[in-house]
Amino acid sequence: MKPARDVYIVGVGMVKYGRYPEKTVIDLATEAVVTALKDANMTMKDIQSVASGNISSPVGQAIMRSVGQTGVPVVNVANACATGSTACREAYFAVASGAFDVAMGIGSEQMGKAGLLGAGRLMAATDPAYIPEGVLGSQMMPPVFSQWGVDHMRKYGTTFEDFARVAYKNHKNSVHNPYAQYQQEMSLEEIMGARMVSWPNTLYMCCPTGDGAGAIIYASGDKARQYGSKAIKAAASILTSDPWTETGNAILDINECTRLAAREAWETAGIGPEEMDVVELHDCFATAEMVHYENLGLAPDGEGPRYLREGRFDIGGKVAVNASGGLLSRGHPLGATGACGIAEILWQLRGQSGGRQQPGAKAGLAHVIGLTSACTINVMVA
Amino acid sequence: MTQATDVEPKEKQQKPIVPYLRLPQTPSDRPYLWGSRCRSCGAAYLGPRLACAKCFAVDDLEEIRFSDQGILRTFSIVHQSLPGVEVPFVAAIIDLPEGAAVRANLGGIEPDPDKLVPLLGTKVEMYAEKARVDKEGNDVIVYKYRPIKG
Repeated sequence: MKPARDVYIVGVGMVKYGRYPEKTVIDLATEAVVTALKDANMTMKDIQSVASGNISSPVGQAIMRSVGQTGVPVVNVANACATGSTACREAYFAVASGAFDVAMGIGSEQMGKAGLLGAGRLMAATDPAYIPEGVLGSQMMPPVFSQWGVDHMRKYGTTFEDFARVAYKNHKNSVHNPYAQYQQEMSLEEIMGARMVSWPNTLYMCCPTGDGAGAIIYASGDKARQYGSKAIKAAASILTSDPWTETGNAILDINECTRLAAREAWETAGIGPEEMDVVELHDCFATAEMVHYENLGLAPDGEGPRYLREGRFDIGGKVAVNASGGLLSRGHPLGATGACGIAEILWQLRGQSGGRQQPGAKAGLAHVIGLTSACTINVMVA
Repeated sequence: MTQATDVEPKEKQQKPIVPYLRLPQTPSDRPYLWGSRCRSCGAAYLGPRLACAKCFAVDDLEEIRFSDQGILRTFSIVHQSLPGVEVPFVAAIIDLPEGAAVRANLGGIEPDPDKLVPLLGTKVEMYAEKARVDKEGNDVIVYKYRPIKG
């Protein structure tokens, strides 16, 4: 979908990911919203439309009761792990369409120690003898994303160690991200020797659950100039669903929906993958990051493992991938994730990323996969 | 006399875990997967369908019986699962020659990466076995795949 006019990101806010049993999800979202408003030099009076992403509950209006009851339209969004980025896309289009001049997308989630995801849905059966999990393969998230890694292995000979290198890079990057849930560098041996969750992903190759929130403020060109903010152009905000594939019966797609979103993103933004300096992509598991290098065009098909070994995705490399530490270290509070990936790229393009700064970053994207399947790609240009 | 005493005790049956697994009662036949094929574009699906998600045709699907053999596309060795699920198990995706894929456990082989990785892209065959017993005492039958020797 083509935007009717240019859109800029004028303010972002994010809380440090972690586990906050003493706080509510409204507390977390409030902190993110207030930070974003200050960043944009705005108050809630300036926000004309709000989209709130949260998988657990529709908290948008409750957030407004905490930050400012202006009476503007609030829509609650849920789109699996792509919930926060889908909410941001709603805010983007509120401005891009010309309907509103300033809009806010919020992502929030409080999961605590949720453990393996999908259990509730999979256990829902009148007679437990008919639950397919474990006797008819698996629909849990770790095996599904592991299977996509092993599919890459079948096609290109990718190894367990190749996948572990993804986690090595991201944990190393996380040390410089004060917003990350875990800031701990680990050796390849520690990563490969950790408890196996679902081969080939060990514990340190799986993202943690937790709590978090982020908020993104979008504005028209006129409004962006008026507030004198450090505006960054939101060059494309794409959402796709999975196209038909022969495997769609058996395993939820993460590849084709990403490739489709990437094609639409380049067409809309008028730039290509070779111009990306920083990328936050959906590394819910180490195996997922490997396939997305190629899905996003950052490496030719089959070359992801080599590009990774050569350091091309390191901070200071050709394109820094998950300089934030990614979901593997930053954490993955489902509804919050999408908004926070956008914030990370924005900070990079403003040169505000401190020790995790990609030198001279001018363009970047944030990619999210939600397993239902949904893919979002947000392209930003300084 | 109460109604309950009129009811004949139910005979224990074999029941498929999913509707697209059929368990023929004839001794000459064996359990198989069935589904739908789009007459317009040839896309195949497990179970019944009203519409084709590939070419968008409606009311133009015919029933098909899937082959017993397929190709091991990918797998994961699951070490952590829900309470009550026996681990480790091999969660596989099998490509069927009719142009669909199925999710199933891989049996007949140890859950060892060194043994499983060489099987990627090779032929596997379907078999059925009892997985559990349901609340009414019926055997719940699942389908699995195993490597074809030789």
